[in-house]
Amino acid sequence: MGKIANEELLNKISAQFSDKVNSIGEPFGLLTLETSRAHIIDVLTYLKNDPTLQFIYLTDITAIHYPEQEKAIGVIYHLHSLVNNTRIRLKVFLADGDVHIPTATVLWNGANWMERETYDFFGVIFDGHPDLRRILNVDDMTAHPMRKEFPLEDPNRVDKKDYFFGR
Amino acid sequence: MQNHPVFTDNDPQSELSTLNLGPTHPATHGVFQNVLQLDGERIVSGVSTIGYIHRAFEKIAEHRPFYQITPLTDRLNYCSSPINNMGWHMTVEKLLGIETPKRVDYLRVIVMELARIADHIVCNGVLGVDTGAFTGFLYMMEYREAIYEIYEEVCGSRLTTNIGRIGGFERNFNTIAFNKLRKFLKEFPVTLREFESLFNRNRIFVDRTKGVAAVTAEEALSYSWSGPLLRAAGVDYDVRAMEPYSSYEDFEFEVPVGTNGDVYSRFLVRNEEMWQSLRLIEQALVKLEKEPSDIFHADVPDFYLPPKEDVYNNMEALIYHFKIVMGEIPTPTTEVYHAVEGANGELGFYLVNDGGRSPYRLHFRRPSFINYQMYAPMSRGMLLSDAIINMSSLNVIAGELDA
Repeated sequence: MGKIANEELLNKISAQFSDKVNSIGEPFGLLTLETSRAHIIDVLTYLKNDPTLQFIYLTDITAIHYPEQEKAIGVIYHLHSLVNNTRIRLKVFLADGDVHIPTATVLWNGANWMERETYDFFGVIFDGHPDLRRILNVDDMTAHPMRKEFPLEDPNRVDKKDYFFGR
Repeated sequence: MQNHPVFTDNDPQSELSTLNLGPTHPATHGVFQNVLQLDGERIVSGVSTIGYIHRAFEKIAEHRPFYQITPLTDRLNYCSSPINNMGWHMTVEKLLGIETPKRVDYLRVIVMELARIADHIVCNGVLGVDTGAFTGFLYMMEYREAIYEIYEEVCGSRLTTNIGRIGGFERNFNTIAFNKLRKFLKEFPVTLREFESLFNRNRIFVDRTKGVAAVTAEEALSYSWSGPLLRAAGVDYDVRAMEPYSSYEDFEFEVPVGTNGDVYSRFLVRNEEMWQSLRLIEQALVKLEKEPSDIFHADVPDFYLPPKEDVYNNMEALIYHFKIVMGEIPTPTTEVYHAVEGANGELGFYLVNDGGRSPYRLHFRRPSFINYQMYAPMSRGMLLSDAIINMSSLNVIAGELDA
């Protein structure tokens, strides 16, 4: 089977989920959808099990932090339909302080460590995850270090200020 | 998954012992810790602990300009760092819309396939060592050295190569590099054939590997396996064939696929991939003859650092040098996912850019990290000695596991 056009893909998903799933662009030809945490597992299940789409391969789960947004934490899923050679990206944005999202381990065993990594670095809590512990950082760490409130360099440093360089 | 009987805590006859396999154990070839519950020599359960060499590359990358992230990618899979370097360069080129000349693409194919061979040499050689055959390893390691010498000619370093630049290479391949490459292409197939004749039908080796840690295609897909491991389980997913990058579509090569998903299948798939890599390099050398021999980078002065002589003697080069180093050049605000076929599987770079000099967020999809998570579940019921060779055949590289 050939590649599914993004438009066709979007039409199929919209027919199933109407306005619960919105397209937020196609950067470099990769259809990117946004949904809410109430529907993410339904959407993933549909994408995985639909006989024509067959997004059976979970490429990655990760997150991103936009501290200035109201919904600051975005959880990002990359799926791949090996049969159709088509990729899709799904995003769910969560308000900081209520970063709960249902786990995708019910669909893919491989989601286990990806979600643990996301929890470790962003503090996203995957409800129903069988073993949600830190994975790369030490167990007694309290921070989630990939969040933007943890700058890598000392913020009081003055020798790298932009105004020294006319910016 | 396993046919072996599994004893549990409820069994009154059983007396379990706990074994800390790792973090530094000579049989694990890296920093891996597995706390195993053993019943005699049989593994009842295991828990993997990872992160011993976590270096926060994703965080560091948020503070570095694009061209300074290349040395970080070296240290992911350090057995085949050129693939990581090239994957990163191609991600940035995709983001910036840079078209590379065909000659650059072919040179990249040569370097990436050499890296794949170097990685598979280590993996298959060490698999032999772990099953008690040291000879093959010694024969093969000689050619990893030959590959490292080619890297030295191309970029000056051996292990953490930092090879190439955004847009191409920092210098052209010299004649010594091509001569060494031709010598390698002439001599390596003889040794590889010898290596295969030592192992492929060796009774001891086959008995130790066949049927060990067999994984079905469904299990492999459910655990998001990729690369030789997934192909050994029977799924013909290869990024080079499905989403060709760096002009792989111009080449003819086969994607070897196994049937059993066991250690023996993985060994055979990796050996066959080395043959295919040799084919690709030979084709690339033929294609290079038709390309102008002085082009080794794209014409993108906004992003390609000019040579130092030009910076000192040429006004434009000095301006570009300053603008690149100071990060004065605007970049598009968008996000990009680019995957390359690393030696261990799909190596993906997810780059979110906010228009600045460094990424807003960079995530590495590291095949070793994702492949390794099945290790503890699949070891259940396995003999300890089988679990050791299973780990060698997964070819988990600690640097890529922990990022």
